[in-house]
Amino acid sequence: MTRITAWRRHPLARYAVLILALALVGMVYTAFIQASRPADAALASGKVDDVAKGRSLFEAHCASCHGLNAQGTSTGPTLIGVGAAAVDFQVSTGRMPAANPGAQAPRKPVAKWVTDEKIRQLGAYVQSLGGGPQVPGKEQVDPAKGDAGRGGELFRANCIQCHNWAGAGGALTLGKYAPNLNDASPTQIYEAMITGPQAMPVFNDTTITPEEKRSMIAYITQVREQRDPGGFGLGRIGPVTEGLVGWIAGISALALAAIWITAKKRQKS
Amino acid sequence: MTDNEHEIEQPDERVPKRVIGTPAPGTSMLGDEVPVVEEGDVPGVTFQDEHKASRAEKIVALCFTVTFLAAIAFIISYVVFQVGDPESTGTSNLALGGTLTIALLALAFGIVVWVRQIMPKYTLIQERHAMASDEDTRENVADTFVQGARESGFVKRPLLRRTLLLAAAPLGLLPLVLLRDLDNSKMPAAKFNETLRHTVWGEKTKEGKPLRLLVEGTGQPIRAADFNSPGGILSVVPEGYEHDLNALAKATLILIKFRPDEIKSGTNRNWTHDGIVAYSKICTHVGCPAALYEQTTHHILCPCHQSTFDAADGAKVIFGPAARPLPQLPISVDDQGFLIAQGDFNVPVGPSYWERGDAEAEARSKGGHA
Repeated sequence: MTRITAWRRHPLARYAVLILALALVGMVYTAFIQASRPADAALASGKVDDVAKGRSLFEAHCASCHGLNAQGTSTGPTLIGVGAAAVDFQVSTGRMPAANPGAQAPRKPVAKWVTDEKIRQLGAYVQSLGGGPQVPGKEQVDPAKGDAGRGGELFRANCIQCHNWAGAGGALTLGKYAPNLNDASPTQIYEAMITGPQAMPVFNDTTITPEEKRSMIAYITQVREQRDPGGFGLGRIGPVTEGLVGWIAGISALALAAIWITAKKRQKS
Repeated sequence: MTDNEHEIEQPDERVPKRVIGTPAPGTSMLGDEVPVVEEGDVPGVTFQDEHKASRAEKIVALCFTVTFLAAIAFIISYVVFQVGDPESTGTSNLALGGTLTIALLALAFGIVVWVRQIMPKYTLIQERHAMASDEDTRENVADTFVQGARESGFVKRPLLRRTLLLAAAPLGLLPLVLLRDLDNSKMPAAKFNETLRHTVWGEKTKEGKPLRLLVEGTGQPIRAADFNSPGGILSVVPEGYEHDLNALAKATLILIKFRPDEIKSGTNRNWTHDGIVAYSKICTHVGCPAALYEQTTHHILCPCHQSTFDAADGAKVIFGPAARPLPQLPISVDDQGFLIAQGDFNVPVGPSYWERGDAEAEARSKGGHA
């Protein structure tokens, strides 16, 4: 009993109570809103549940930047027409929800609430707003079905200027950068190409066909499986830094050795 | 322990007395009876302090032992690490190279310490002989020369002398003739314009049609209706020159699709088609391929020196060392809806060169857009 009393008098107790109360109010409100929302007639085709759940997820996690109706605000772009592929890419790579508004939302571990199921629901909601690219099927992104040689040719023509020929990424303007591709799954690579996340341009399916995209994925996944022989690889350029350090240190050591061998011993006076 | 080794450990043996290949004791120029080493005993020779020398001796012995061990390790590594795949060959190389390096370094270090801290120091004066030869030799050379001249008949036989001079004159001029190749002022001026001013975009196909724009990598022509996602970019090469590197060095393009309201006044709208704009990919600074495009800001970044161009506003320079915007290629569509070039760039692509002049002002004065 005395222990409970002690907790109650703890300096942080009032904050804990406040947070608990807020959470309770929020949950009751959400439950009430959920119960009272009418089903969208246009989406009453079996996917209604996904869209409705996606909408509530959207309002909870995305609406503060992208607007209550995904129309966009000063801090986040509109999501009407970006499609489920964009949602899957951004949320599954942890880029969204963004931690803070900056030059670029980095890849990071996904938020705790994120599951494949929830991503699918969010995607269904955003897809329902204005269409857009769909999440590709497993078959469509299977590296084993692509031609890595042909993919490499396309990758070198269209991607390496920013992402480096081994997918190591690189700097862009004003703090933006092209990310390293080594963490991206084949599905995410495909989605990035068709949706053009953040500063990345779009490579739509009519100019670079899905088969060509699959070949590029084959190239990217094969290159990253190759063993990188150099220490600080610098995007597979090779052990340049080690060479530079070795050269400078080696020349210095040789100079010191020459001085030591030929040095005259100080005369005792 | 032999007698010999016992002797070497004696302090007075610091003076080199009995070394293989040197005079036997007794004839030593330093004398063999130096009981206690003291400075000044022998002029110009400084003996090492015996205490320090014996410490150095231990270091040298340690070095030689290290060499011994490393050399043994080399032999063992040769046997243990077999070569084959890159992994094991690498390990073998590392082991062999590493042990050999340690062996030779330790040996060298030991020898240097031996010489510097154990052997006595000599102050040597090396006399130099006079540079000039002696009087006799010089007279002899002069006599020989005069004799040779007289016997050759160089003075007496003017025909020989004159034909030799005649032969030498044009031979001496040969390098001057070759120097003329450095002068390119006589080359036709049109050649400069041909090679630097124009790209293959001004040419026609065999059927006399304008060149189509092809996707680099796939070689497919681009239907304007297919390149319909705003924020899209493609690397583009001219039809018929997909693999002609000399042509591509100047003619490669980046093709960007904008939303109609994004294009600003710097871009010549007559040269665009439905929000599709084509710029030279060759940076106007030193000619790197500038194709790092950000669809959100419309920046085209050159990776070499960070020149940044605003693609929405005629690719004008907004940062970096480039002096001029990326030239815009006039594009259009043919009757099948494929993108084609209306003609060549109206200004030279790529970096500046002396004869270029102010090509932009020239193009404007002709009523064009630059």
